[in-house]
Amino acid sequence: MTAVSGQAPTATARTREDGGVGTDAARPDGRLKVTGEFAYGSDLWMDDMLWGVTLRSPHPHARIRSIDIGPALALPGVFAVLTAEDVPGELRYGLEIADQPVLAEDVVLYQGEPVALVAAEHPETARRASARIVVDYEVLEPVTDARTALGHGNEGPRTDLHPEPTPVVEQSREAAPLRPHGNLIRHLKIRKGDQRDAAAAAGKDIVVVTGDYEVGMQDQAFLGPESGLAVPAEDGGVDLYVSTQWLHVDQQQICRALGMPKEKVRLTLAGVGGAFGGREDLSMHVHACLLAMRTGKPVKMSYNREESFFGHVHRHPAKMHYEHGFTRDGDLVSVRARIWLDGGAYASSSAAVVGNAGLMGIGPYVVPNVTMDCWGAYTNNPPCGAMRGFGAVQAAFAYESQMDKGAAALGIDPVELRVRNAMEEGSIAPTGQVVDSAAPVVELLRRLQAMPLPPAASSGADVDLRAMPGGVSNTTHGEGVRRGVGWAVGYKNIAFSEGFDDYSTARVRLEITGGEPTVTVHTAAAEVGQGLVTVQQQIARTELGVERVVIAPTDTSVGSGGSTSASRQTYVTGGAVQEACRRVRAAVLARSGRELWEDVLGDLVAVLGDEAVEETVVWRHRPTEAVDPETGQGNAHVQYAFAAHRVVVDVDVELGLVKVVEMACTQDVGKAINPQAVVGQIHGGSAQGMGLALMEEVVVTDGIIRNPSFTDYLIPTILDMPPMRVEVLELPDPHAPYGLRGVGEPPTVSSGPAVLAAIRDATGMFLTRVPVRPEHITLSGDVRSEERA
Amino acid sequence: MEFLAPGSWPDALAARAENPGAVPIAGGTDVMVDLNFDRHRPDALIDLTRVGELREWSVAEDGTVRLGAGVSFARVMSELSALAPGLAMASRTVGSPQIRVRGTVGGNLGSASPAGDAHPVLLAVGAAVEVESAARGPRAIPVSEFFTGVKTSALEPDELISAVLLPAATGPQQFAKVGTRNAMVIAVTSFGLALHPEQGRVGAAIGSAAPTPLSAVDAQDYAAGELVDLWSSRGELPGGVAARFGELVAAAARPIDDVRGTAAYRRHALSVLARRTLTWAWDEYRRAA
Repeated sequence: MTAVSGQAPTATARTREDGGVGTDAARPDGRLKVTGEFAYGSDLWMDDMLWGVTLRSPHPHARIRSIDIGPALALPGVFAVLTAEDVPGELRYGLEIADQPVLAEDVVLYQGEPVALVAAEHPETARRASARIVVDYEVLEPVTDARTALGHGNEGPRTDLHPEPTPVVEQSREAAPLRPHGNLIRHLKIRKGDQRDAAAAAGKDIVVVTGDYEVGMQDQAFLGPESGLAVPAEDGGVDLYVSTQWLHVDQQQICRALGMPKEKVRLTLAGVGGAFGGREDLSMHVHACLLAMRTGKPVKMSYNREESFFGHVHRHPAKMHYEHGFTRDGDLVSVRARIWLDGGAYASSSAAVVGNAGLMGIGPYVVPNVTMDCWGAYTNNPPCGAMRGFGAVQAAFAYESQMDKGAAALGIDPVELRVRNAMEEGSIAPTGQVVDSAAPVVELLRRLQAMPLPPAASSGADVDLRAMPGGVSNTTHGEGVRRGVGWAVGYKNIAFSEGFDDYSTARVRLEITGGEPTVTVHTAAAEVGQGLVTVQQQIARTELGVERVVIAPTDTSVGSGGSTSASRQTYVTGGAVQEACRRVRAAVLARSGRELWEDVLGDLVAVLGDEAVEETVVWRHRPTEAVDPETGQGNAHVQYAFAAHRVVVDVDVELGLVKVVEMACTQDVGKAINPQAVVGQIHGGSAQGMGLALMEEVVVTDGIIRNPSFTDYLIPTILDMPPMRVEVLELPDPHAPYGLRGVGEPPTVSSGPAVLAAIRDATGMFLTRVPVRPEHITLSGDVRSEERA
Repeated sequence: MEFLAPGSWPDALAARAENPGAVPIAGGTDVMVDLNFDRHRPDALIDLTRVGELREWSVAEDGTVRLGAGVSFARVMSELSALAPGLAMASRTVGSPQIRVRGTVGGNLGSASPAGDAHPVLLAVGAAVEVESAARGPRAIPVSEFFTGVKTSALEPDELISAVLLPAATGPQQFAKVGTRNAMVIAVTSFGLALHPEQGRVGAAIGSAAPTPLSAVDAQDYAAGELVDLWSSRGELPGGVAARFGELVAAAARPIDDVRGTAAYRRHALSVLARRTLTWAWDEYRRAA
């Protein structure tokens, strides 16, 4: 076990200094990215290409009476205008449920739903043409609340948004019935232990704390908008260069929509400017291919920032009701919880998010009696799907708030209450699954406690405004500022769960080029900025002892690498690369007739000659099971990863402005393959969770997005993000390659709840909704609406 | 869309006169956002960055600072913090460092947004906007008469903004702005304050809490009345004055609920900002003795 300090990770055990596993190997794409020379999807260019533009619905719910594309076609420079009638294959696609039309047919179910496509020789021409398409809409009343959509507690006539049955597609992750009726996408149930109320279950004196919590709709806010270039090929197929998270699942869906076999639809990864889950679903993929096939010309599509807010799914808004039952001395004996996730107009990955929110929904604690109901609902709000943390984030705000509320009710220190009930290796999860590797919840919290607290805030005329709530906007010189400290711990399931066949493919070749041994690693696993290309190089260097490792372009000419999500790529694609390297080594050893790799390594030029040794491996992590649809019991998960945060804030309680003074994070990563990249993930994940707690929300009113821009969808700046103290634990998981644990998501689970707890500590207000807005904090309770002022 | 790039001020005025649908552009930090979001497609742009005199500032013998319309916020911060401290403070809150290098005070006025960061201070110090047309020559519009509605101003279609005229500071000035982020944020509401000891006057103006930036006249009069005997003694601010001043500023606002904040919060925040900034300014005035 090794600790890595925050700003300059130094102390991890280095297996070698040559860029192998455990070193801060430099990113192969790092220099290009920091100098602005890296080519992202939006930089794709061919001289004779056309520009594609999407016409989107202005209404969250409407029937399409007619579409007149004539005026658009009449505009000079326009090459094609397409509608749903022009989709040659299956109209509907989806990650788990094929419910989303490539282009709207007879109804639109959310604001921004694609209705028609235009290809023109100039993007401005395409935009002008799309504005000339006449769509006659019959505007319908939108369904905008998940509970109303399900008929929960608000009985009355219910509008079913998807009355026709649609197929559950093969990559579905669940055994439970999806879309059983009405607007219900999935209902996840856990029934563990005694199902009577807490006091009856425990048979003794019980303190019950109850809370209702709400989480707003967060956006991934990746920097590179959805972009791609579709090029018609001589064989009648199409080559698509696209920024995405999972080439092969895109390919499957595109093939169905185009009615073409996968040999004819070839995908290559374009430069990806961040993803965070927002690129799991199709965006412009099929659209650009349709336009390219129709016009016979390359077609580029690249969303602008506003369109991007309509072009990808968001994090599910959540409403949550929790009841925690504690004994007087602090044993958590029961949790009863209900979670409603607003899936928006189409399912996307909602079913899996529902599974996660429910199964991870009581936090990293041991609880004998659990009653959990988690629903995902269709509404006419923007579709929601994958985002870093994937359901675990929303639930953590509720269960960690409940732990603080319980601590207050019992008069127990909030950290001690968590420690008392913490999971550890060997604990039984709410699913009945045994936690069979390190679960260092107690150690993570104790290490946070051991860290020094930052110095007290300064005040007065010569104060450094950058350290104040409000920053350089000069709102306080110390007046009204109160300090608070908050704690939270969270956990996340790593890789795909609930019986999904989760695998990755790696092809590794060893040959002599220019007189030097060279390894080429070829996978279809998407580098989205997280550093997978670096990790692949490091693993190859460590396994083969060869320094020069080339990462081949990422495309569908090799088997699926699975999704770059669920913190799974270093584990699963890393595992595939490791195994492929080991097979290459075995093949070379067999050819050489020697027994030790060290003996062959110095002699590779002679052993290999002009021949390359290549091995392709399909690698799976250990299998998981579907959970029982009535009880939620089953070995649903591959691995759990844990992180904890201590957050210190200064709050200007008169203005409701927050300065996060410091975030401290402890996280177990099993093995830090690249310690610098690990700490980077912890910084970034913590920032994204903090953003949700403080400012990041897609504000939707009556189905309409009110802030589709970075002017009003605020993400933290460097003056909002504080310095971090980070300690990385390396407690190996014996089931995983190198003992590693997924890294990217856990810090996003616990940072937000710790920020919220710190604000509560500073203000004394029990805030129940994130993001916390200034008007929620201002102590004069009469300023929340004009009417009450 | 035509792109006109006059090399001199007379050429710029001529271009403006000949192209009534043209939009002047300097730093482009507002104009380009509108173009990129496809909100506006003007017939022509008049690029003012080649007109060198717009980037100059000077001080007249009577102490009036003439600030060329093309002086960037970054330069106001670094070059004018003594002569125009309030405007320098406001400039520091504009966008990001990159935006402050591009964006200009003239452009801020040209956009005439109720949330423009320069406006409250310009109102509080009693500045004037110098504008000019080829046909009628120059004129000075008091800032208090410049803003006519949401993103509309008294600028005629054939006029360009040449400069801002503001008195060199004779007392402490303050600017404070509330946003839901600690940097690079549009004002939820903002407040500018200027003490004019030689005139026994207090300037107070609010931003982003009414259809236009506006002066808080009752608050100004109240503060001047309370301070009338204190300018020379530099005595302590009497208890309750700052709070009452804050209430009067809040009362002057005409805010709305929008995605950035509620009307009630804006009013409340203004009362806090006004109370705090008056206290800071008066303390600075006393310390300067």
